[in-house]
Amino acid sequence: MSVAKGKFRYISSDRRVLEDRRFVVGKGNYVADIVRPNMKHVAVVFSPHPAARIVSVDSTEALKMQGVHYVLTGEELAAATLPMPNGMPTPEVKRYPLAVGQARYVGEWVVAVVADSRALAEDAAEKVRIEYEPLPFVVDGKEAFKKESPPVHPAHGSNILLDKTFVWGDVEGDFAASPHKLAFSQKWGRSSTVPIETFGVIAEWDAWREVLDVWASIQMPKYADQIATAMQLPMNAVRVHQDVDVGGSYGVKRGIKQTVLVSYLSKKLNVPVRLIEDRLDNMRGGDAHGPERNFDVEIAFDSNGIIRSMKMDALDNVGAYAGRSPFQLGKPIGAIVGPYKIKSVQYRAMAVTSNKTVQEAVRAFGQSPTNYTIERALDEVAWALNLDRLEVRRRNFIQPHEFPYLIPSGTTYDSGNYPGLVDKVVKHADLDALYAERDRLRAEGQLAGIGVASCLEPSGGNSAFEPLLNRQNKTTTWMDSCRIAVDALGTVTATMHTTSAGQGHETLVATVVGEALEIDPEKIRISRAHTLDVMPSNSPVGSRMAIMLGGAAFHAANKLKRKMMTIAAHDLGVPVEELVWDEGNITSKKNPDQKRSWNDIVLIAHRHYYRMPEDMEPGLTAQHVMQVPNGGQLPTDDDRIQMYPCFSFEFHIVLMSIDPDIGKPVFRRYVIGHDCGTVINPKIVHGMTIGGIAHGIGAALLEEFAYDDEGQLLTQSFMDYLLPSAHEVPKIETVHQVTPSPLTVFGQKGSGESGYLGAPAAISGAINDALRPLGIKMNSLPLKITKLGDAIAEARAKSGKEMKQ
Amino acid sequence: MRTELNVNGEIHVVDVEPRKTLVDCLREDLRLVGAHTGCEHGVCGACTVIVDGTPVRSCLMFAVQAEGSEIVTIEGVAPAPGELSILQDAFCETHGMQCGFCTPGMILAAHALLRDNQEPTREDIVEAISGNICRCTGYDQIVEAIALAARRMRGRNMPDRVPA
Repeated sequence: MSVAKGKFRYISSDRRVLEDRRFVVGKGNYVADIVRPNMKHVAVVFSPHPAARIVSVDSTEALKMQGVHYVLTGEELAAATLPMPNGMPTPEVKRYPLAVGQARYVGEWVVAVVADSRALAEDAAEKVRIEYEPLPFVVDGKEAFKKESPPVHPAHGSNILLDKTFVWGDVEGDFAASPHKLAFSQKWGRSSTVPIETFGVIAEWDAWREVLDVWASIQMPKYADQIATAMQLPMNAVRVHQDVDVGGSYGVKRGIKQTVLVSYLSKKLNVPVRLIEDRLDNMRGGDAHGPERNFDVEIAFDSNGIIRSMKMDALDNVGAYAGRSPFQLGKPIGAIVGPYKIKSVQYRAMAVTSNKTVQEAVRAFGQSPTNYTIERALDEVAWALNLDRLEVRRRNFIQPHEFPYLIPSGTTYDSGNYPGLVDKVVKHADLDALYAERDRLRAEGQLAGIGVASCLEPSGGNSAFEPLLNRQNKTTTWMDSCRIAVDALGTVTATMHTTSAGQGHETLVATVVGEALEIDPEKIRISRAHTLDVMPSNSPVGSRMAIMLGGAAFHAANKLKRKMMTIAAHDLGVPVEELVWDEGNITSKKNPDQKRSWNDIVLIAHRHYYRMPEDMEPGLTAQHVMQVPNGGQLPTDDDRIQMYPCFSFEFHIVLMSIDPDIGKPVFRRYVIGHDCGTVINPKIVHGMTIGGIAHGIGAALLEEFAYDDEGQLLTQSFMDYLLPSAHEVPKIETVHQVTPSPLTVFGQKGSGESGYLGAPAAISGAINDALRPLGIKMNSLPLKITKLGDAIAEARAKSGKEMKQ
Repeated sequence: MRTELNVNGEIHVVDVEPRKTLVDCLREDLRLVGAHTGCEHGVCGACTVIVDGTPVRSCLMFAVQAEGSEIVTIEGVAPAPGELSILQDAFCETHGMQCGFCTPGMILAAHALLRDNQEPTREDIVEAISGNICRCTGYDQIVEAIALAARRMRGRNMPDRVPA
């Protein structure tokens, strides 16, 4: 069921975001704001070695301090809990919250200290003496892939977690038949979303009720399941409070190790225990780094720039444990050809362990690195044939009339109008004038370049990559839920069953329910149920909530509406088909005098049972659990899979200049075209898109978890890991297009990862365009000032002449 | 150490370790949790409060150093319960936030700007908030909010979006 398009009352209108009122007065409810009686605090002791055997732990001096309650080692914790799920069929890659026997990266948590305050716990942590015996280590992904590299998990036998080659279509035939081929390699550097709020969690075990209460800064599908499993508790003994505001996540706030750690301590000590990471805990040991990916790519194409086939090798250096990270190679399979009609693809996905910090899901779940590489391929084809880069994209685009469009890896794209949006952006930006401006800057002695990127945002997240990469995993259900109740006084409350990290989900539910019931969204109360109020959610991952929570809310509202119509029909003694709904009041089409108001129905449902239809439950409650549209099937034997259902599109044009002496890149113009189908709240979508670009600017130019050859993390603070400030993010112009999805109730698609999907590709393209006169290309991100400056200086030295100043 | 703090016009007497930062004291001893800790090394700006009229990082100041100063936190900005200041309302109007974690610091930084500069340019606004990191928004709607608030405070009362 869906509503008629273009007839919205509240959807797509520029309405305020309900959540904002509490945030502007400092009344958010973040985990660090919550205080439980007699709560104790944790500080962790971390490994200074990339790989070392833990010889001994001496906590005598720490425990002598007044107010220090406990020092927990990995051995004790591992004996009492199950390993954290690793998702891959690699049972010997065991992961516990604290290192067991061996530390595997600098920053790994080895010992946890519990005290009356965090400050005291930190003092005591300094008194814990740990003896290590350093072991061989490996930090580089390609090195780790080699057989002779020291295995991070000796019992696993190698560092390879995944090495699978997919072939979709006649790759060799298409390569043989193509007159042109090229190859390139590039690397996406290790960065992350780095929310300003670190991860935090409070666990409180009640031994009399046998309930573990958890408050956490969490964005995690199946969080309560995982706590219960690791703690060996029944799942109905774990109550996760979802009314905690999360101070940014963008994927990474998974916090399962932190939660198991404090849950165990709370149960052991019978007090509430809290762990709020400080920034150093978070950066080196919070296990929240993002993908670090080496690409080796071959492209086969014809003389017109039509790409016939692609071979892509992608190697993820996932760090010391599996985490969610190998799967970030899986999601891009659902958009492996981008918006282009590439007929066949060979994709080799490799994930290796190394002695680096563990990775988590990062915004777009591996799609941004892959988009960066697909877009580079398009640029390379254009350069090889001396064609315009945008023209090559246009020639390869899937055309609007070709949807639904099946790509070689088995996913069908729902809808799109790629050339339409590109035309709009080109017109808005006046691309010819932009090229003239580039050439003017070049004439002035600057390095200047234009980058373009046209990228997809797969949305409506399911976990179809899991059964694809791990055939033992047959999970394909990825539902979300909403319950709506009209109370005895006629006001409406809707529930949601997950936490949020700024995506405005309360506004989403209120807007959708308001739309369906034709009542003012501001009058609807949104309640965040805890996990013992048992409707399932898979949390806001994979740009799914507009589709999934919005869909569940819409269907629940329609069930409620049907119930109210049925009550009215019964009370009026007319067939329900005869009735029309108007802002909650129900009237007969035949006789307008026959009507029941909203309050009449409320009265009947809540108090006048004798007026209710037979067998109908009293009260006014409806709920809906929604499965991801067109998902739910297992992959085929030849590795084809319907990944996410909906595909948003974005097109970036950026003009940059680089100071040739110091290598500093400057944005001269940034225009993005964005199409996520029907927009539910324009303010929210705008913010996500611009924020995604800012995040992409960080990944492209500034942010890197850099390691030295000794395995030490060099960028542990915000002094070294550079986040874009208001100075680094230019004014960005946006162009909109609406191509509704046929699969969703309002035609909406996802937008939670928008901007980030294409910004690094566009920026990299602009910089490589700027560097072309020097005959060099940059093959890795981030493109820090130092890297650019050195490359430019080297190129100038080689050419033996200085550019004119 | 016994310390007297003037916060949002009220005098509070606290007993704190000399090493305790102002932000920890505000959050833990006074339960004013609108100032947030993001980095605790003076970069992110989430802990921004106003001390004697100037936005400061309360993670880089000891509580005992604040004795005798006038401190304004985000809790002291709204004119009455349920009622927003012009600046706070402008942040709601433009949706100048997402997760809300940096928002109190942003608003206080903007508050200090608009007190001294009634007609800030985009560059003035960018400069004023450049010490406050937001990971959600890319700053656009924050800049827009501050520009809108400036216009409204000048009495022109333009209700809708203004070009930043």
